Amino acid sequence: MTIEELEQIAKNARQEQEKFDYEVKVCMDLACASQGAGELKDALEKAAQSCGKKVCVRRTGCMGPCSHGPLVRVDPEETLYHHVKQADAPAIVDSLGGEPVKKLACDLHEHFDKQVRVVLENAGYIDPEKIEDYIARDGYKALLTVLTEMTPNGVVHRVTESGLRGRGGGGYPTGLKWGTVAKAKGDLKYVVCNGDEGDPGAFMDRSVMEGDPHRVIEGMAIAAYAVGASKGFIYVRAEYPVAVSRLTTALREARRHGLLGNGICNTPFNFDVEIRLGAGAFVCGEETALIASIEGKRGTPKPRPPYPASSGLWGKPTLINNVETYANIAPIVRNGGKWFHDMGSERSKGTKVFALTGKIATTGLVEVPMGIKLREIIEVIGGGVPTGHKFKAVQTGGPSGGCIPAEMLDIGVSYDALLKMGSIMGSGGMIVMDDTSCMVNVARFFIEFCMTESCGKCIPCRAGTAQMYNLLTRICTGAGTMDDLALLEDLCSTVKETSLCGLGQTAPNPVLSTLKYFRNEYLEHILHKRCRAGVCNMEAINSETPSEVTA
Amino acid sequence: MPAFTPPPLPSEDKRWKIVNGTMRKNGFARHALIETLHTVQSSFGYLDDESIRFVALTLRVPLSQAYGVATFYHYFTLKPPGRHTCTICAGTACYIKGADKLIAAAEKKLCIKQGQTTPDGQISLMTARCVGACSRAPVVLYDGEVRGEMTSEQVLGQLEGWAAE
Repeated sequence: MTIEELEQIAKNARQEQEKFDYEVKVCMDLACASQGAGELKDALEKAAQSCGKKVCVRRTGCMGPCSHGPLVRVDPEETLYHHVKQADAPAIVDSLGGEPVKKLACDLHEHFDKQVRVVLENAGYIDPEKIEDYIARDGYKALLTVLTEMTPNGVVHRVTESGLRGRGGGGYPTGLKWGTVAKAKGDLKYVVCNGDEGDPGAFMDRSVMEGDPHRVIEGMAIAAYAVGASKGFIYVRAEYPVAVSRLTTALREARRHGLLGNGICNTPFNFDVEIRLGAGAFVCGEETALIASIEGKRGTPKPRPPYPASSGLWGKPTLINNVETYANIAPIVRNGGKWFHDMGSERSKGTKVFALTGKIATTGLVEVPMGIKLREIIEVIGGGVPTGHKFKAVQTGGPSGGCIPAEMLDIGVSYDALLKMGSIMGSGGMIVMDDTSCMVNVARFFIEFCMTESCGKCIPCRAGTAQMYNLLTRICTGAGTMDDLALLEDLCSTVKETSLCGLGQTAPNPVLSTLKYFRNEYLEHILHKRCRAGVCNMEAINSETPSEVTA
Repeated sequence: MPAFTPPPLPSEDKRWKIVNGTMRKNGFARHALIETLHTVQSSFGYLDDESIRFVALTLRVPLSQAYGVATFYHYFTLKPPGRHTCTICAGTACYIKGADKLIAAAEKKLCIKQGQTTPDGQISLMTARCVGACSRAPVVLYDGEVRGEMTSEQVLGQLEGWAAE
């Protein structure tokens, strides 16, 4: 494959698209597919065949506002239809070239206007199983540019210049990590993509892997060239069967086009990628545990140093990045580091994809520039909490993150600001809670999660989370005392400071942040045996409070 | 070192060939343990003593390590599943939207706890950590098929339908 050949493929794909006057795109992401997007696409294809117009029906990845699904977009008009049913297919096809179907059209300008799409630039536009679609939208151009015009050092320099930080949660500067692996000595190096999105309530990585798999592969190949690796692994959760199958197809297509394999683009660069399946262990999102899992062992973390950058997979220097980090690489190479650096806030550059869910009007995937206020994401892009209820908190960072109350919503989103508030950026889950959620119970939910997911290697995490869970259960059932609260706070700092890996070190965050911002709810549970949200069952203690067992 | 000869397949069952195929594809390397257990589970529905023994022996992994891996990861199950599986997602978004109520209702209906199968082997009730369909919470998987925005009534209706089969 040469640049000319790549351009020829792109040109052919564009010519193929130009044969049609209209393009009807159907979102086939999990949320839309679970509402019958597959049958809808078949119905649209059938209607398109018999209508006499030149119509192309295309399946795409996630378009974003999942709560409006199934979604259909008609180009070139860019009309977006929501809640489309199979029976609506003929009406949509009939309307092509005329007035849009009024009852299905949806106006989501407010939802889209504040967004900036870098990682999701192709989501909702390309067929994820067609490499030509990706190439037609400048795909693999960055890889070929890198291989033919840039030195490995130059690539590392460009990524450093962009200011990109790891999107998996920690926010370690990506350029610095690449530089360390590039400098590490070793004849064999590995590149690993962390697609073990174990954080419940987050699905950004799934959508990227399912909707635009080539983008991840291209990012990995560029990384491999930069650090001098020849072998890559994508570690994907087994719970994401569609992502696995899309990636498998994408890898096969990339190999067939000579974009993976030996002597890529007639250069001495060799690189290939293998998929490894996770098996449902949250701790495997931690890099040393992930390495153990790829090696076929139990996913237990190891003390660092040595860091994977010097001794990782099978003891070789290994570069591990998150799916979203790799997805940012191709645009950075294409547009330059400065372009990326100009977006975002002072110390957090670029954009971030969030999975907006919970008690909010428009749920789905959003991509916003760093530094945007949380209030804008929740109230403008997400449409706020549905009427009748009041916003209480937004949870970011999953079980390692914290709950942010209403009074902090005017703070701009960045790694440092979220850390200061007692939460973390995390991989990008953003769960909105209203007055029907009890914050003590939420803390208990997360501690229960960490307790079950603790690998059991180090005592603070294994025993500490279990004891924290017991204390929170006592408080939630009305048996808690002020001594329990003091003990809980004490345990939080012990577990935080003495655990081996990130899971234990961050496990107390949901408790600490709810204690910080919603302490009165804890006190109400303990002193007045009352749960203001009506979630916790205090019956054991206070038989006068009638409530259903839900906790 | 003498060339390694893999042990014979445990029986005539064709599914063993599929399992063996996964191991062969990976050159019978030890690191293929998790991949192979995935194949066993997708072919047989669960991991039993015989299959763990066979995989451990073929990959030359200590039995303790194979058993350790099989029990460490939540995705693997050592018990045969029922004819139908109802998996209720217990991820954060589903929890906020009331997945606990669905679980309680299903447990009451089937008279079993999550993770168990009804005595007649008809229905297994499972919970998942998150299936990534958070925007449609609460989510339930009926025999692996994702259904969003579920109510207790809908779940009970499906369970009744299966029980009547």
